[in-house]
Amino acid sequence: MNEITLISVISLGSLGTIAAIVLYMVAQKFKVIEDPRIDIVADKLPGANCGGCGYAGCRALAEEIVRKESLDGMNCPPGGNEVIAEIASVLGLEATEQDPTIAVVRCSGSRENAPPKVKYEGDMTCAFAHSLFAGEGGCPNGCLGYGDCVVSCDFDAMYMEEETGLPVVKDNCVSCGACVKACPRRIIEIRKRGKKDRRIFVSCINVEKGGVARKNCKVACIGCGKCVKECKFDAIVMENNIAYIDYNKCTLCRKCPPVCPTNAIHELNFPPRKPRPETKNEPAKA
Amino acid sequence: MKTFKLGGVHPPENKLSQSATIEVLPLPETVTIPLSQHLGVPANPVVKKGDSVKAGQLIAKGEAFISANIHSSVSGTVQKIDDVTDTSGYRKKAIVIKVEGDEWEEGIDLSKDLIKDITLSPKEIVSRVNEKGIVGMGGATFPSHVKLMVPQGKTAEFLIINGVECEPYLTSDHRLMLEKAEEMLVGIQIQMRALNVEKAIIGIENNKPDAIEHLRKLLTEYPGISVEPLKVKYPQGGEKQLIKALVNREVPSGRLPIEVGCVVHNVGTSFAVYEAVQKNKPLVDRVVTVTGKGLKEPSNFLVRIGTPIANLVEAAGGMPENTGKVVNGGPMMGKSLSDINVPVTKGTSGILLFLQAETSRKPVHNCIRCGRCASICPMGLEPYLLAVLSSHNRFEDCEEEKIMDCIECGSCLYICPSGRPLLDQIRIGKNETGKLIRSRHK
Amino acid sequence: MNLLTVSGSPHVYTEESVSKIMYGVLFSLIPAALVSFYFFGLAAIMVTLTAIVSCMFFEFIIQKYLIKGPVTVFDGSAIITGALLAFIVPASLPLWMVVIGSLVSIGMAKMTFGGLGKNIFNPALVGRVFLMISFPVEMNLYPKPTSFSTQLTDIITGPTPLAVVKEGVAQGEKVSDLLPEVPEYVNLLMGNMGGSVGEISAFAILLGGIYMLIKKIITWEIPASYLGSVVILAGILWMIDPEVYVDPLFHLVTGGLMLGAIYMATDMVTSPMSRWGMIVYGIGCGFLTIVIRIFGAYPEGVAFAILIMNAFVPLINRGFKPKRFGEEVKNG
Repeated sequence: MNEITLISVISLGSLGTIAAIVLYMVAQKFKVIEDPRIDIVADKLPGANCGGCGYAGCRALAEEIVRKESLDGMNCPPGGNEVIAEIASVLGLEATEQDPTIAVVRCSGSRENAPPKVKYEGDMTCAFAHSLFAGEGGCPNGCLGYGDCVVSCDFDAMYMEEETGLPVVKDNCVSCGACVKACPRRIIEIRKRGKKDRRIFVSCINVEKGGVARKNCKVACIGCGKCVKECKFDAIVMENNIAYIDYNKCTLCRKCPPVCPTNAIHELNFPPRKPRPETKNEPAKA
Repeated sequence: MKTFKLGGVHPPENKLSQSATIEVLPLPETVTIPLSQHLGVPANPVVKKGDSVKAGQLIAKGEAFISANIHSSVSGTVQKIDDVTDTSGYRKKAIVIKVEGDEWEEGIDLSKDLIKDITLSPKEIVSRVNEKGIVGMGGATFPSHVKLMVPQGKTAEFLIINGVECEPYLTSDHRLMLEKAEEMLVGIQIQMRALNVEKAIIGIENNKPDAIEHLRKLLTEYPGISVEPLKVKYPQGGEKQLIKALVNREVPSGRLPIEVGCVVHNVGTSFAVYEAVQKNKPLVDRVVTVTGKGLKEPSNFLVRIGTPIANLVEAAGGMPENTGKVVNGGPMMGKSLSDINVPVTKGTSGILLFLQAETSRKPVHNCIRCGRCASICPMGLEPYLLAVLSSHNRFEDCEEEKIMDCIECGSCLYICPSGRPLLDQIRIGKNETGKLIRSRHK
Repeated sequence: MNLLTVSGSPHVYTEESVSKIMYGVLFSLIPAALVSFYFFGLAAIMVTLTAIVSCMFFEFIIQKYLIKGPVTVFDGSAIITGALLAFIVPASLPLWMVVIGSLVSIGMAKMTFGGLGKNIFNPALVGRVFLMISFPVEMNLYPKPTSFSTQLTDIITGPTPLAVVKEGVAQGEKVSDLLPEVPEYVNLLMGNMGGSVGEISAFAILLGGIYMLIKKIITWEIPASYLGSVVILAGILWMIDPEVYVDPLFHLVTGGLMLGAIYMATDMVTSPMSRWGMIVYGIGCGFLTIVIRIFGAYPEGVAFAILIMNAFVPLINRGFKPKRFGEEVKNG
C-alpha cells in the first residue's frame, strides 16, 4: 500500500513541478509590460465600453490617455466632466471642461405628419429598409421608424413612441453616439444640452426642394430661409435646402421657431410662450 | 437533361402571358429617362432643357469604362433634367421629354428586313455596341461592350446565350425567341465574331418546347450555334449556374465567367446587338411582360424606354382593385415599387402585379434549423448562418463564410418554412462586408 | 385605398410552414401509435394522451406567464415532443411520472434555451433520460404485449429482448441459447415484444419514415448512416464471435433504434445542417449505440447516443461545411 502512495506522490509531484516550470517560462516569455497607471485610469472610467469617446472601449481610452499623457480632446460622454477631472488629478494633468451633450432626433415625420404611402414587410431593421426604399412615409431622408437606434442604445435612453413611430431620447442619454452610428440616415445628432436643458434645433434633414419635401411631410424644412434672416447671431446656415442651427452660436433667443412656416424648428424645455399660441411646443421631442 | 447540380428550387411557373404575342405599346405623353439605367457610372447629359430631340438621338454619354450611352426613345422637347423618383423611391437624375410626333434620327433602319451579312470587324462591333448603349437585358444591366472585350491573356471558348428565363411569370425572352428568332441568331453571330469564338450555346429551359423547336429548325443556317434544353430549375439563369449546366465548368469564387472561357449574354441583348449593328438602332425600346393573376390580359409589350409603368398596366387591362404589390422584374429577384409612375428602364423585363392575398410574407417563427436554405443554396452557402452573423454585425465572419458569393437569388427566403427574412439580412451583411473589404484595400 | 406593400425580393414563398412540418411528423407517427395501442392497450393510450396534454400545458404556462411572449402551443412542436416522449417510456409508467417527464422535456430541455429551434438536446430524449435516472425501477419494467386490453393497473411486465440477451451474455450464456427466449424476428419487426410504448414495431416506424422521406420532412442521410453504421459495427462483432455478440438484424429490430434513427436523430433542431455533417452525426450515433448496448451498463443506448451526438452538433456544423460553388475548380 505504501508503495502505491509513494509512487503517486512522486509522479504527481513531478508532474506538478514540470507544469509549474513550463507555466513560469511561458509567463516570462509572453510577459506584457504595462504601465500601472492604465489600470488606475481604467478603474476611474465607467466601464460601459460604449465607445462614445471614439476608442474601442474604456481600457483603450485609458491606454491612450496614459500614452499621450494628456487629456486633450479626450472625453468620456457617460462619465462626464467629473470623471475626466478625477483622472486629471490622478495623473497630474489638466482637464478641459466640456459642455454636456445629448442626442437629438432631427425628424418629426410621425405617422400624422408624413402619412405612410406604402406598407413595408420584411426584416424590421432600418438598415435593410434604407437600402430597399425611401420609407413608408416617402421621405428619403426621414426616420424609417424600425428602431435601429433604440436597439443600439446601451443605456436604455431611447424608446420608440407608439403613436408617432419616432424614437425619443430620454434625459439619461449620455451622448455616447451609438445611435448616431446606427441610424442609416444620420438623423440623430449629438448637440449641446444647453442651459437648463433648453435646446433649439431644426427637426428635419430633408435636402429635397421645398415643394417635394412638403409633399411627403407636413413639417419638413422647405429651405425658405426665413429663420436665417430672423437670426441675429449668424447661428443658422442654409445649405442644400436645409436650415441648420449651430449650437455654439445659438443664444436660445427663441426668435426663429415662430417664423418657421412649417414648424420645423423645435424648442425644448422652455416655459410656454405667452402671446403667440399658434406655435405648438411639441412635448418630449428631444 | 442538363441542369446545374448544387441546390436550386422550383417555384410555380405561372407563365400566364406565354402565348400573348408582342404588341407595340402606343407612345406616352412624356417619357422619363433616368441617367443611371445600367451598372456602373451614370451617364452625363448632352442635351439641355428646351432642346428638341429625335428618337434615337444621343442624350447622355457614358464616359467611364463601365457606363453606357443613353438615347432618346421618342421625339420631342426636353422638359427638364432633374431629380425624379426612381423605382426605390429615392430621387435620381433623369431627363424628362415631352413627346411630339415620332421622328427618328437619320441613318436608323426601321424596316423589318432581315440583314444577315455581317460587314463590321470585331473592333467595330464593340464600338458600335458601346455607342448604341446596349446593356445586359436580363436585369443586371451590365454594359455589353465590356463583356464583348476579352481581357488580355484570356480567350473565350464559348458564347453562352441565356434563354432560360428561370423567373416565374416572365415571358419576354420566350416571346422574343419565338418572334424575333432569326434576328436574335444573327445577333449571336455578331457577338461570336466580336469575341472570336466558334461555338455558341443557347440554354433554354424545357418549359418552352416551342422555342426550342423553333430555334432548332432555324439552326441549319447558322453554323456553330446549338440549342440545349435544360431542366426547369431556379436560378438557372444565373451566369455561374448556366455555365455549370451547359459546359460543366465552375467559375471560381469571386471571378468572372471569362476565367473559364465563357461569355454569357441574354437573348434580349443579342436582339439589341443585332439592331445596333445591322440596323444602326440604339437601345430605345424593349420587350416587357406585364402579368399577374388579377390582371385582365397578361401581355408582352414592346415599350419605349422611359414610358411610365402605369401606362403598361393600363394597357394590360388596368390595375385590379385589390392589388397588393407591384414588382419591377421577376418574382424572385424583382424590386417592389412604391409608386407605379416610375419609368421603364433598360433592365425592366417584367411588371408583376400581386393580389393582396398573395402579397404577405409568412409570419416569422424561430429558425427550426431544418437546413433547407443550406441544401437549396445554389452557391453552397449557409443562409441561416449568414443571416445570423450579419444581424449580429459579425462581418469578418461573414466574409469567411463567403457571403460575397451570394447571388441574391432569393431561394433561401422562398423556401424557409419559418418565414425568416434571410435574404434581407444577408443583403445588409453583403453590403457591410463589401465596405469592410474595400476599406482594407485602401 | 389599400396601400401597396414594399419588401425585398423574393416575392413568392413556399406553402411550407413550421406547423405543416410538425403536423406532417405527427401524421407519420400514426402507424406506430396504432401498433402500440393494439399491443399495450388502454395504458398506452393513457400515457400518450397524458404526455401530449401535459407538454402542451407546460409550454402554454411557460410562454404565457414566465416568458410573457407569444404563445405557439399549436404549432405542433409541443405535441410532437409529448408524443415522442410517450413513445419512449413503458406503457406501465405511472401517469404522474409522465407529467414530470413532460415538464423536464418542455421546461428544461426546450424553453430554457429559448423555445423551438434554440434547444441543443432533443427534448423528448432529455425527458426520458431524466425519468430513467430518477425512477429506474418503473422505467425498467416493460409490459408484455397482449392483444388490446383495457387494463390500467397490475400489468404483467417483463424484460425487453435486448435486456434478456445482454443479461444472459453477461452471465456467460451463449447467444444461440438465448435467442429462443425472445420472440421471433417477424414478431420483433411487427412489434410483438416488450418495450416502450411506440418503439416496438420497426415496421410501422419505417412506414412513417418513408412517408416523411416522400414529404421531404427528413432526408435520407441521418437514418441511413445511423442504421448502416449499427449494422456494420454489430456485423463485425458478430463475425468475430456469434456466441457472444448477437447478430446485426437483432439490433435493428429491437429496442428504440428504429424510432431513434428515424424520429429522434433526425430532429431538425438538434441535427447538423450539411450533408456530410449529417452522415458523420449518424455514424457517431450508430457507433455510440452499439458501444453502449454491448459494453455499457444499460441494455439500450439509443437515447444516450443521440444526446451525446446532439452535443457535438455545433462542432460538426463548424467542421463540415457544404460544398461551396466555385471552391475547388475541376474543369473539363
